[in-house]
Amino acid sequence: MIGASVKRKEDGRFLTGRGKYTDDITLPGQLHAAFVRSPYAHAKIRAVDASAARAMPGVRAVFTGADLKAGGVNPIPVGWLHAGINVAEHHAMAVDAARYVGEAVAVVLADSAATARDAAEAVAVDYEELAAVVSAVDALRAGAPQVHGNAAGNVAFTWQLGDAAGTDAAIKGAKTVVRQHLGNQRLIPNAIEPRACLASFDAANDELTLYVTSQNPHVHRLIMGAFVLGIPEQRFRVVAPDVGGGFGSKIFIYPEEVVACWASKQVGAPVKWTATRSEAFLSDSHGRDHETEVEMAFDAAGKIVGLRVHTVANMGAHFTLFAPAVPTYLYGTLLSGQYDIPVIHVSVTAAYTNTVPVDAYRGAGRPEATYVLERTLDIAAGTLGVDPAELRRRNFIAPTKFPYQTAVALQYDSGNYAPALDKALGMVGYAQLRAEQAAARAKGRYIGIGLSSYIEACGLAPSHVVGSLGAQAGLYESGAVRVHPTGKVTVLTGSHSHGQGHETTFAQIVAHELGCALDDVEVVHGDTAKIPFGMGSYGSRSGAVGGSALFMSIQKVKEKGRRIAAHQLEAAVEDVDFKDGTYFVKGAPGKQKGFGEIALAAYLAHNIPGDMEPGLDSTSFFNPSNFVYPFGTHIAVVEVDPATGHVALTKYVAVDDFGNVINPMIVDGQLHGGIAQGVAQALWEGGVYDGNGQLLTGSMMTYALPKAHFLPMVESDRTVTPSPINPLGVKGAGEAGTIASTAATANAVLDALAPFGITHLDMPLTPAKIWAAIQTARGGH
Amino acid sequence: MTQITITVNGKAETRDVEPRTLLVHFLREELRLTGTHVGCDTSQCGACTVHLDGRAVKSCTVLAVQADGGAVTTIEGMARGEVMHPLQAAFKEEHGLQCGFCTPGMIMSAADLLARTPQPTEAEIRGALEGNLCRCTGYQNIVRAVQTAARTMAKA
Repeated sequence: MIGASVKRKEDGRFLTGRGKYTDDITLPGQLHAAFVRSPYAHAKIRAVDASAARAMPGVRAVFTGADLKAGGVNPIPVGWLHAGINVAEHHAMAVDAARYVGEAVAVVLADSAATARDAAEAVAVDYEELAAVVSAVDALRAGAPQVHGNAAGNVAFTWQLGDAAGTDAAIKGAKTVVRQHLGNQRLIPNAIEPRACLASFDAANDELTLYVTSQNPHVHRLIMGAFVLGIPEQRFRVVAPDVGGGFGSKIFIYPEEVVACWASKQVGAPVKWTATRSEAFLSDSHGRDHETEVEMAFDAAGKIVGLRVHTVANMGAHFTLFAPAVPTYLYGTLLSGQYDIPVIHVSVTAAYTNTVPVDAYRGAGRPEATYVLERTLDIAAGTLGVDPAELRRRNFIAPTKFPYQTAVALQYDSGNYAPALDKALGMVGYAQLRAEQAAARAKGRYIGIGLSSYIEACGLAPSHVVGSLGAQAGLYESGAVRVHPTGKVTVLTGSHSHGQGHETTFAQIVAHELGCALDDVEVVHGDTAKIPFGMGSYGSRSGAVGGSALFMSIQKVKEKGRRIAAHQLEAAVEDVDFKDGTYFVKGAPGKQKGFGEIALAAYLAHNIPGDMEPGLDSTSFFNPSNFVYPFGTHIAVVEVDPATGHVALTKYVAVDDFGNVINPMIVDGQLHGGIAQGVAQALWEGGVYDGNGQLLTGSMMTYALPKAHFLPMVESDRTVTPSPINPLGVKGAGEAGTIASTAATANAVLDALAPFGITHLDMPLTPAKIWAAIQTARGGH
Repeated sequence: MTQITITVNGKAETRDVEPRTLLVHFLREELRLTGTHVGCDTSQCGACTVHLDGRAVKSCTVLAVQADGGAVTTIEGMARGEVMHPLQAAFKEEHGLQCGFCTPGMIMSAADLLARTPQPTEAEIRGALEGNLCRCTGYQNIVRAVQTAARTMAKA
């Protein structure tokens, strides 16, 4: 069962329109919320006049940021703190000033969504517009407008890792140093289901229920209950029902959810809010947005001898939940990649700006690190006159060097990088392709081949490690197995599926281990009233951490069953084995008990060992001892039309090592989607603000999400190096596609443009940008 | 308020609606048919795609009053009892869905394509789905699902 491409158990409801997403839930008497949002990137709020809105038929209440603060709602906290970090108060709705376009200023509650929106337009806010700053580099310049009073110079924090002096010496002594400025543009996540919430306060029982588009309902409950709203956890239920994609954007505690919870109690009715897509662009946390200076130093043999990276990271107007971890521990620690680099130094300056907050988006720091390394390596290959595949191979960490301690804190437990590169080169027909490229160039056609050999640290995360680095909670996961008297199984997981297929893969683990049918296993997730605790799904952790917790519980259940079987079969426990759903006495054919019989016996409790408690269930928490380290090589092939600058992605090959794979079909699906998102960063997507802080790419008309005809069929294969740190030997697969594909695609485009003498262009590599660069290169304007 | 009658999945439904009510809100809120989703407000994402008088439309861009007297098929009307439509079956078989949010609209658009072009090429499938956005699958298995459904339907 493990390793089989089992069709998904959850598909039936989604395919027939019976999925239950947050906006599909309706409670009797519910009111609809509409938010008044700042039209200015930076403005003092002088007054809010809601009298006209309140007088409209169907309007039940209007609340402002000041009302919330006066009502005892605390600021939304940050879940990751560095030494010296400047945390500015982040109120659910602006109290004194709005700091980005789209920041909530007031909320209207009305009988219908349409009435609420009409009334929101009638709320008059007296703004005093202030000077705004949009880019992080500008925000750090002397004299820049100040986003927060307590962050001088807009510095949110500074952070560094590695050996500064050693790296400096290595660079000074190197034969060749490749220097490059690299932009990593802002991305806007765009899960197709907009964020939504429905909060219902039950005055009779003093209980609050929140249905919310969350990747981590227990984290929502803990932070909102204990820190923001002051609601005891045992009287606060958070349900994340079917969730339509997250990609990081549904991790965080968002203002609208806080407001809905608080307002429900104030008005004594359920409060529902569903984002329009336009609101999503202005209020979902964005991703990336780095400006980086990189220096990669080589010796005469083309070996990297040192790497120095300085990055300015745009945090937006506020820290959201994980934000400080993303451009630091999820970024700087990945800068060794697959390479044996003796010294590395990375420094990061994070800046507040008048833009939407920036936090984790699929890959979260690791795509940025991979892009820095892989793009720079390709530029270096050009400088050194070495084939890009050969330059990578020359610098790979040798398989004999594992466990490998990098110069940037991580210890890679396992890896073998050349076979994945070789496989990818073979699949794409590399030598032949280079010959075709040369022939095509002679005819004025511009084919490009781009490689990306990536590594990822995921399966977040060893709690003691992240705790020592600033995380305000550990990142273990829970998994409970409840065996019913009939032998059927309910799994309760603290992990959460918003497309990843937990209901199938987790059932596969149980069916495999207990020898039962897949349909005898029900996987429950996303409800704090049912599941003991959980940290949720992000950082490619569901299988490696959540699956491992589940595996632990299964073993405990199996072991208890074994003791019952031994008791009933009158055998020593160590003589009883379990296989394919049957306990049997070794060497005594026929002396056996089915798992169902044992489950029933456990609950009847007529015939179990005298010192044993009845029942058959177990709850386990898996706290990983290390990250898991998926790796691989992806190769993109493009053709650039020099007349228009249009890029056609003609071929894409992916070879990945995810360790053991529970469901190959699902893992391939994760890979395909991840690759599409990464390619999209290289070629199409980019969040663009004007100088006043207006988001110019605020809809799907102006923000270029990939469409079906933009992409080719991905050809994928795998190598298998099981992770030694979890019992399933699995690694994460959710983000690898995104981490690898941006650099592969950008490298391919710049390889195609090499004949024009173009060595680098920042993403997205749009036709206009490429066409202009070709014109400049040809001596135009 | 305006009284309208729309035949939805074979059943005539008469309601009084505000003239500004969109067809998608009529389906989701009046009829509680929540399989049709709303993913954007600019008619790009296609999650709200249904069939109106046999043609795929984005129900966020049709007023309910415009559909008065018409026949609408939603994702809830695609299966025959417990037997899934070949497209539904193919999406499961080929893993053409992950979070499931774009899926109803994707299936309704694909059904419209196969009604017009029973044996589409890969390029025709990709082109026909340009009005439907999926953020999870990279479209690869959606394309395969449509190909598989086309084969199944040709045999039927």
